[in-house]
Amino acid sequence: MAQAVSQNDHGHHDHGHHDPQELKMLGFWIFLITDVILFGTLFATYVVLHHNTAGGPSGADIFEMPGVIAETFILLTSSFTSGLAVLAMNKGKVKQLIGWLVVTWILGAAFIYLEVDEFAKLIHEGHGFSGSAFLSSFFTLVGTHGLHVSMGLGWMLLLIIQLSRRGINDVTRGKINVISLYWHFLDAVWIFLLSVVYLMGVM
Amino acid sequence: MANHSNHSHGHDEAHAHGSLKSYIIGFILSIILTIIPLVVVMNHMMDPIPTIFVIMITAILQFVVQLFFFMHVRERQGNQPRWNVMALIFGLAIVLVVVSGSIWIMTYNGVGY
Repeated sequence: MAQAVSQNDHGHHDHGHHDPQELKMLGFWIFLITDVILFGTLFATYVVLHHNTAGGPSGADIFEMPGVIAETFILLTSSFTSGLAVLAMNKGKVKQLIGWLVVTWILGAAFIYLEVDEFAKLIHEGHGFSGSAFLSSFFTLVGTHGLHVSMGLGWMLLLIIQLSRRGINDVTRGKINVISLYWHFLDAVWIFLLSVVYLMGVM
Repeated sequence: MANHSNHSHGHDEAHAHGSLKSYIIGFILSIILTIIPLVVVMNHMMDPIPTIFVIMITAILQFVVQLFFFMHVRERQGNQPRWNVMALIFGLAIVLVVVSGSIWIMTYNGVGY
């Protein structure tokens, strides 16, 4: 393990040498920052347009808070369990790691189920994407987050399969660290969705 | 455990990838910071402007909690600069400009409202 050796000489870091896994984490972090900017533009669009309901419903009319509150705590708990998965990985416990990932996946799937259910009800009631500028920006903002969670679910499923076949090694360890970071990030974005869209919408 | 590289830096961060304790503290703080605005909004406890302040302050605090307790933003390799923190500050500055600039312009636009 070259990386372990290079890290053991305290204070004598060669600035030309980087641990590839650390570089991957930094690269993924920079991707997340670009995602922050993407969500920033969608938030700006929503905040600007949310009064323009074109005679249709406003947020206070259509948001059903029990479902949203359930989504919030489900996603928050899944963020916590993805952290527990990383802890299990650091202890080298592959079964525990897969177990926590499965729990995280189920919670994520429950979140998506609730969100799709919410969207389906709105569309069924005639409040679809094209109903008003408010609804367009709402579906775009919340839907983009939902799409991120859905893609994370697909990715996590593949990682669970890979882990069950190959166990914990340098490659899978890096991947689990990255998806855990991604999952925490999605929870952080949801905090602002809950705050700006739903809480400010119904207050 | 022994082959996990981050544990060699005990003096920098006691537990580079976080401990169970830090995750539990972060989780509990997140729950508290979620419940506060929910209670305030659902029970109509305050006027609109103070309510918005409570919502935004608890959201930002929870974001900070997640950054430190879940995403380990302070973690770094040896003496290298904290590139991730720099990138984050840069990204947040862009978001601040985009969001506040959009609100500012569209408030005086007449189309936005």
